Amino acid sequence: MKDIFFYAAIILCLIMVLSLYRAVFGPTILDRLIGVNAIGSKTTALLILIGLLYQRVDMFVDIAIAYAMLNFIAVLAASKYFQKRKGLQDNET
Amino acid sequence: MDILVVILLVLGLFFFFGGAVGIIRFPDFYSRLHPAGKLDTAGLLFSMAGMALYTAHDLTWGSLLTALKIMMIVVFVFLTSPTATHAIIDAGFTAGLSPWTKDK
Repeated sequence: MKDIFFYAAIILCLIMVLSLYRAVFGPTILDRLIGVNAIGSKTTALLILIGLLYQRVDMFVDIAIAYAMLNFIAVLAASKYFQKRKGLQDNET
Repeated sequence: MDILVVILLVLGLFFFFGGAVGIIRFPDFYSRLHPAGKLDTAGLLFSMAGMALYTAHDLTWGSLLTALKIMMIVVFVFLTSPTATHAIIDAGFTAGLSPWTKDK
C-alpha cells in the first residue's frame, strides 16, 4: 500500500510539471496565475500523500489546511492587484 | 477496502491529469479557467476521499478525527476554488481581455 502512495505522489509531481508550463510560458499575467492556482490545489493532495508515506497524517493534515487557505488568499490578492492595472491585453499574442 | 482506496486515488489522478492537459491546450484565457476550476476540484474530492478512507480504516477516534479533517479540506476547497476562479475572471474582464474567436 505504501508503494501505491509513493507512485501516486510521483505521478502527481509530473502533473504539477505539466501545470508549470502554463505558469512559466503563459502569454498574460493571469494565465500564470491560473497555473500557480492549479499547482497549489495539487499541493494540498500531495501533502496528505507525504503524510501517509511518513505515517504522520495527523500532523500533515494541518499543514495541508494552512496551505489551502494560503493558496486561496494569494490568488485573491493577486487578482485584486492586477484588476487595477490596465493594458493587460498588450501582452496578448 | 484497499481496492476502493486505489480506485479513488486513480480516479483523482485522472481528473488532475485532465485538468493539466486542459490548462495547457485550451486556446484562450477564459476557456483555460474551465478545467482549472472544475477538474482540480473534482480530482481533489476523489483523491482526498480515498486517502480519508485509508486513514479511517482502523476505527480509532484519532484516525476518525484526521479523516474528518481531510474531508473538511475538501469542503473548504469546494467553497474557495470557485471564488478564486471568479476573482481571476473578474480581473481579466475588468482589464479588458478580449475572448477567443474562431477567425483569430
